[in-house]
Amino acid sequence: MKTDDLIRGLAADAQRQRSLESGLALALAAGLAGAVALFAMMLAPRQGMPGLLMEPRVLMKFVVSLSLAAVSVWLALRLVRPGADARPSAWALAVPGGVLAVGVAAELLVTPAQGWMPGLVGHNAVFCLSLVTLMGAPVLAATLFALKRGAPEHPAWAGAAGGALAGSLGAALYALHCVDDSPLFVLTWYGLAIGFMTAAGALIGRRTLSW
Amino acid sequence: MDDRERRWMQLMQAALAGDQPSYERLLREIAPAIRSVVERRLRQMGAPTGESEDVVQETLLAVHLKRHTWRPNDPLGPWLRTIARNKLVDHLRRRGRRAEVPVEDFADLLAAPEERPSTEADDVERHLALLPDKQRSVIRSIAVDGASVGETAERMRMTPGAVRVTLHRAFASLSARLKADE
Repeated sequence: MKTDDLIRGLAADAQRQRSLESGLALALAAGLAGAVALFAMMLAPRQGMPGLLMEPRVLMKFVVSLSLAAVSVWLALRLVRPGADARPSAWALAVPGGVLAVGVAAELLVTPAQGWMPGLVGHNAVFCLSLVTLMGAPVLAATLFALKRGAPEHPAWAGAAGGALAGSLGAALYALHCVDDSPLFVLTWYGLAIGFMTAAGALIGRRTLSW
Repeated sequence: MDDRERRWMQLMQAALAGDQPSYERLLREIAPAIRSVVERRLRQMGAPTGESEDVVQETLLAVHLKRHTWRPNDPLGPWLRTIARNKLVDHLRRRGRRAEVPVEDFADLLAAPEERPSTEADDVERHLALLPDKQRSVIRSIAVDGASVGETAERMRMTPGAVRVTLHRAFASLSARLKADE
C-alpha cells in the first residue's frame, strides 16, 4: 500500500478521541465499584469509623495509601505518554514513603520496645494481605485496560505504576475495616500487599502494554 | 517551537476533535519529515534505506492509534520523535539488527524537508493481505480506491457505523500484527 493511500485511510478513521486522563478516570470508577462491592460482601467498616480518623495512626494509613494512589496515577500517565518526563512523578513517591517513614519513626520513639513485635504481627496479617490483593484486583484489571491505550516506552514500568495504584486503593479500602493501626503493621503487611500488586502489574504490563 | 510545529499542533488539536481534513493535512505534512529522518538514520547504520517506507508507515499507524496520548498544548515534536524512534527500533529488532537509537537522533525531525515522493512499503502490504476479509476490503475500499465511508457501506451492504468500526479495528489489528511479527 502506498503511504498516501494509508494516510487517506487513517484520516477516514478520524474520530473524536477521549483523553488518556478521562479514560483512566472511567476505568478507575469501574474498578473501584468492583472493589467496593467486594468490600460490602465481605467486610464492614470498623467500629467508630469516621471519628477514628482523628487518630494519627489511623489517619496515617489513609494518607499513605491515598497519596501513593495519587502519585501512581501521575506516574502511570507519564510513563504511557511518549516523550513525557516521568522523573518528577517518580520523585513524588517520596511523599507517601516519607509519611510512612515518619509514622514508623514516631512509633519507635513513642511506644515501648515490647509493643513493637505485637504491633507488627497484628491480628489479621494474612487477612490483610489477601483482602488488599483481592480488592485491588478489579482496580488492576481496569487500570491496565485503560493504560493499554497508552504508548509506554517501558511497558513493565507502566504496568508497575498501575499495580501500585491498584494496591494502594485496595489498601485504602481495607484500612476502613482494619483494626491494626501500628505503622509497623502498615509498613510490613500493607507494604507487602502493595509490593505484590506492583510486581503483578509489572509482569502483566510487560506483556500487555507493549504497542 | 517554530511556525511549522505550531501549525502541526493546531492541526492535531483539530484532529483529536474529529476534524478529518485537518487530520489528513497533518499526516501528509509529517510523513515526509518522518521519512527523511528515518532514511538518514538507516543510511548511517548501513541498513538499506529501501526499508524506510516500512518504518514511515508503522510510525503513521502508531501516531494514528496513539494520538490521544498527545496532550493538547504540549509540544508535538518530542512526542512525534519518541514514537518514530520506537518504531524504528521495533523495525530494526524485527530484522535482527542492533536497536540502540538515541532519541536525540530524531531532534531534526522538525527541520526535515516537506516534499518527498510517497512510495510503496512491503511490511504493511504483507500484513494487510493476512487481515480478515471484511477488514481488508474496507481498508482497500477507503484507502486504495478512495471511496467514502458511505460508498463503502453501500458497496459492502453494511451500515456506515459498522464500516467505521471495521476500519478502526483493521488499523488496530494491522498494527498488532506488525508488532507481533518478530
